[in-house]
Amino acid sequence: MRFAAAITEPTRTPTSMATANAPTRRQTIKRMLAAAALLTTTALTGIGFGATPAHAEDEIRIGVIYPLTGAAASTGVELKAAAELAAAIVNKEIPAPPGLVAGIGLPNLKGAKIKLIFGDHQGNPQVGATEAERLITSEKVVALTGAYFSNVTATASQVAERYGVPFLNGESSSASLTQRKFKWFFRTTPHDDLFVGNFFTFLGDMEKKTGDKLRSIALFNENTLWGNETTKLQVKLAEEQKFTIAEKILYPAKTTQMTSEVQRIKAAAPAVIMQSSYLGDAILSMKTYKELGFSPKMLLANDAGFNDSEFLKTMGKDGEFVISREVWALDQAERNPLIKQVNDLMQQRAGVNFNGNSARAFTGIAVLADALNRAGSTKPDAIREALQKTDIPASGLIMPWKGVKFDANGQNELGQGIIVQVQGGQYVTVWPFDVATKPVVYPMPAWDGR
Amino acid sequence: MTADILIQVLVSGLLIGLIYALVAVGLTLIFGVMDIVNFAHGEFLMLGMYASFWAFALFAIDPIVALPLTALLLFAVGVIVYQTVIRRILKAPMLSQIFATFGLMILLRGLAQFFWKPDHRLIPHSLVSGNIALGPVQFGLPQFVAALGAVGVTGALWLFLHRTRLGTALEATAIDREAATLMGIDGQKMFALAWGIGAACAGLAGGLIATFFPIFPEVGSNFILIAFVVVVLGGFGSVTGAFLAGIIVGLIEVLGGFLVGPEYKTAIVLSLLLIVLLVRPRGLLGKA
Repeated sequence: MRFAAAITEPTRTPTSMATANAPTRRQTIKRMLAAAALLTTTALTGIGFGATPAHAEDEIRIGVIYPLTGAAASTGVELKAAAELAAAIVNKEIPAPPGLVAGIGLPNLKGAKIKLIFGDHQGNPQVGATEAERLITSEKVVALTGAYFSNVTATASQVAERYGVPFLNGESSSASLTQRKFKWFFRTTPHDDLFVGNFFTFLGDMEKKTGDKLRSIALFNENTLWGNETTKLQVKLAEEQKFTIAEKILYPAKTTQMTSEVQRIKAAAPAVIMQSSYLGDAILSMKTYKELGFSPKMLLANDAGFNDSEFLKTMGKDGEFVISREVWALDQAERNPLIKQVNDLMQQRAGVNFNGNSARAFTGIAVLADALNRAGSTKPDAIREALQKTDIPASGLIMPWKGVKFDANGQNELGQGIIVQVQGGQYVTVWPFDVATKPVVYPMPAWDGR
Repeated sequence: MTADILIQVLVSGLLIGLIYALVAVGLTLIFGVMDIVNFAHGEFLMLGMYASFWAFALFAIDPIVALPLTALLLFAVGVIVYQTVIRRILKAPMLSQIFATFGLMILLRGLAQFFWKPDHRLIPHSLVSGNIALGPVQFGLPQFVAALGAVGVTGALWLFLHRTRLGTALEATAIDREAATLMGIDGQKMFALAWGIGAACAGLAGGLIATFFPIFPEVGSNFILIAFVVVVLGGFGSVTGAFLAGIIVGLIEVLGGFLVGPEYKTAIVLSLLLIVLLVRPRGLLGKA
């Protein structure tokens, strides 16, 4: 049935092009073909359905939508492996580390097993919606999860909302997703606004710890949508929490020099720089800081370029002491034995370590299974009610969160990001202090004092 | 704002301006000799950067040491491009010429992405690294060496054009192709030479900035827009004009960015382009 999703794709481009001029004959034929293909698939689905009368009672079908082909396929495959590991633990196919919430299984459903039915959205919101529809109508899944890309999660969860099927999102961070007042949408991961908010909490904590004033900040963000949105939020939070913005720079991305930017920041002499840059600009700005001999007390980076695997590879020693945000870090395994044990299982099954994305995908399935068990039923209403009553403590998770508990919009209110610092060529967790593995190196050493 | 900061900003502007000058010199030379705008010029710079990168990564040759090699390689690339693409469109309408070099730009970028991945790369330990502090003014040694190199290369090019027989022949072709041919100058050879030298200049600029600028397939696009502004400001075809204009653009960009706000620095530079086109379309030193 993957066929149906694939066939709608080529019609999309001609349709959008056709808005400029009337559809050509070729486009019309293409559309007719697509419509025919869709009809055929629907018919086939009906037949297929008749052939398998009912799904066995002890099999609970969950739809999982990820980018399994296309540009993000490598991530999608990792997410799939993490989801499968979670399902295997819930189904008690492999022994669970004690304490893990997924390890409880489904005793209230008389030991039923969950079955993951995968859909591939190819990074395309339209395909994501079609896949969600397929999983609900023809695969009869009781709940959906996915879809990694925020824009695909948006369309796929819309379909789930229409059909009244719970959609649990584990790894999309666009803040707007839980501002839609959906009834059937739940999200375990913290969202972008929360991550930016974390910076200010972190600065407050650092002030208490060091006795230094860190109230004067420079905002240094690139000028596309992401940088602009981040700036707006930072300005708002700074005002609310009584920070002064010493300098605010939205620089043109893809620039040949950043000396004017860095000079301005240097002249404003802030205690902290908050920077949002993609990789090329992140590298160039670090080079310029060094060239002009400028090191603030703290450089707080907003993920992206500064967390790219290429960043440390190219910067080497000059990348040291940068502080950035993360959703998860492998060094958490040192602190929490559960993380190490589950990571070992992932290593055995898939041969890779967990990362921020796959750890969140794993947690998504675990939270869904927990709700299913407490619901004791596969009725959508019962699952939704159980999800609303979710209250998982931090000790049952492999995430650096305070737990899982959904607010009225379906957002997990106990989620939090972590703050990492480059120390000895590694990103180590330095905040929140209760999950930190290393103390913060503060202030950032001057370039000539390294 | 203190005088120290102002001096610092001016120095930074001068250093980057000299690099802009070197990139633009090659562009203006090609245009001057044969009236073709080379949209793929930024990609020659990119190739120069990758040549330095691979020389370093594979053979541990420092970008500065590898400069003659980079120049030679890019000279060859320029001549090959001329012989395979440009020679065929010499008499074609201007639009075809634009599309040909534009297509070349996309091709080179695509090839770089395919073979060398879209990753950002850096040369980690160059011979030139570290900072120089002159009182309150600080600048990076790599940037300083790059600027110095730009002055050297542009100076050498000027001497070549004005003090050697071959260079004079090239200038003659630029001034009047037919008359030059009548004097026994081989026009085809001169064109190939212009492309070779033009590409080599971009390649040298690439090699010089490879010590401090990230290297990636699209890097040319960062520089090409500014190079066009420099060429227009300096006057199409004028090497001396491009040199002066490069410095002016660098100074205006950094100083304007500092005083008005970095978000406007590109706007400031491009407004300069508009003003020049309105007030003095032939540029500072261009021929009317």
